Amino acid sequence: MNIIGLSGSIVGSKTRTAMDVVAKEINEKYPEANFQLIDLKDYDLQFSDGRNYLDYSGDTASVTRKIMEADIIIIGTPVFQASIPASLKNIFDLLPESAFRDKVVSFFITAGSSRHYLVADYQLKPTLAYMKAQIVQTYVYIEEKSFQQKQLIDDDVSFRLERLVEDTVATFGAAEWVRKKKEDSYGF
Amino acid sequence: MEKYRIDQKKGIEFGLYTLGDHIANPFTGKRISAQQRVQEIIELAKLAEQAGLDFFSVGESHQDYFTTQAHSVVLAAIAQATEKIKIGSSSTIISTSDPVRVFEDFATIDLISGGRAEIIAGRASRIGLFDLLGYDVQDYEALFEEKFDLLLQINENENLSWEGQYRAPLKNAKVLPRPKDNTLPIWRAVGGTPASAMKAGYAGVPMMLATLGGPASAFKNVIDAYRETAKRSGHNPAELPVGVTGFFHVAETSQDALKQMYPYINEGMKLTNGQGFPKQAFAQAKDKRSVINVGSPQEVIEKILYQYELFGHQRYLAQMDFGGVPFEQLAKNIEIIGEEILPALRKYTVKVQGE
Repeated sequence: MNIIGLSGSIVGSKTRTAMDVVAKEINEKYPEANFQLIDLKDYDLQFSDGRNYLDYSGDTASVTRKIMEADIIIIGTPVFQASIPASLKNIFDLLPESAFRDKVVSFFITAGSSRHYLVADYQLKPTLAYMKAQIVQTYVYIEEKSFQQKQLIDDDVSFRLERLVEDTVATFGAAEWVRKKKEDSYGF
Repeated sequence: MEKYRIDQKKGIEFGLYTLGDHIANPFTGKRISAQQRVQEIIELAKLAEQAGLDFFSVGESHQDYFTTQAHSVVLAAIAQATEKIKIGSSSTIISTSDPVRVFEDFATIDLISGGRAEIIAGRASRIGLFDLLGYDVQDYEALFEEKFDLLLQINENENLSWEGQYRAPLKNAKVLPRPKDNTLPIWRAVGGTPASAMKAGYAGVPMMLATLGGPASAFKNVIDAYRETAKRSGHNPAELPVGVTGFFHVAETSQDALKQMYPYINEGMKLTNGQGFPKQAFAQAKDKRSVINVGSPQEVIEKILYQYELFGHQRYLAQMDFGGVPFEQLAKNIEIIGEEILPALRKYTVKVQGE
């Protein structure tokens, strides 16, 4: 089971802080999983120009390949201008249109206030659905007040992130069961 | 159609095309040498000719898992090894080549083969060749349009003057040798969208339409768009051939055929395109309406005839060797095509005089 934690911003600390909580949770509860954290801050990615992802080089090639090899992707994203940041959208643009077929994708959002809580439903989910992701419907919306000095201090958010991880792994198990059953029924 | 060496009275043409992929057989994990692969492609063309097929073509792909980058050289060998079968490229990436040189090569292949060479010009789905051959991928569309247009002009004019953005100007230049009958059939390779097909229609050139999967009816829309655009642009669609390409494999039953072919296509797509072929979509190939010609010989005959009714196309090109398919399986397919499929297709598509 390949799990990618994708921290979708190249600035700020809230998304990465929450992603570290998710990473710790996965490493403790699912030590058998192959978990990798991709923080876009650490990579120099080019903008998508429409080519096949195999035709990129450098960081763009390695990041897209890792995502394509994943079974599960847990995305963390801040809100920029009432939407996801360009850095995260660029990841989607770099990938094939059905990149998330047979993959489970879940996410949490970090934001300065509650004003943009619909970004998840109106912006992120339609893109993930278009790219054929099996989306974990429940997400975690985390406000600024839940962080203090680069630590997550809100027990409620902490519990919700735990449940997000659990739901994500369980959804993958269910989706895999469905896929195998379906494919076995074809008899080839 | 005469200009494109197609005689519709003889019924739908049946050909094979290979991308020249060089992939390990997924059942054994073993990959034959590049030398063996190239020689088997030439051998395949000979078998296709012996079985009475009309056309055989080889494409260029400049990346890992391919071996016919120099596809015109392979075609020259096929020209020498065969006598009747028409041969061509599938496709020639004109964007990253010099149209003068491409024309010289294919005119020469035409002379070697006694008037059997054709060019199918495409834009490439992968773009590694732009770096490799020294072109800027930002010019992807402009390079194709300009160079394809120049290729067409060279085909029509032995002497020409030309000026463009991506190649040195030609001043009353003479491009030699000329093909046996002075011009070559030159097709435009088209992916699945009407927009792409319309570009072939505007230029009034034959269209070779690639299909991967989905219902045949979806491709009818593309072909309709091509013919309508050609007509609106002052060309006569009745004089413009349409070719359709797609996956092909026959076995005793459709279930056997799917089972035998799926791993090749799935693993091949993973390596060359970065994503496998969804099994669910492949399973739908059992339906007559699917454009994937995988099934029992009788089912495949019915499918091709159904597609012929829908498309009214002049040529079908089967891709049966993708993903490391062993030569014996290809030879068996060709034998079935020759013995069962071609006679049936001709029976139903040959135009009897007065019809």
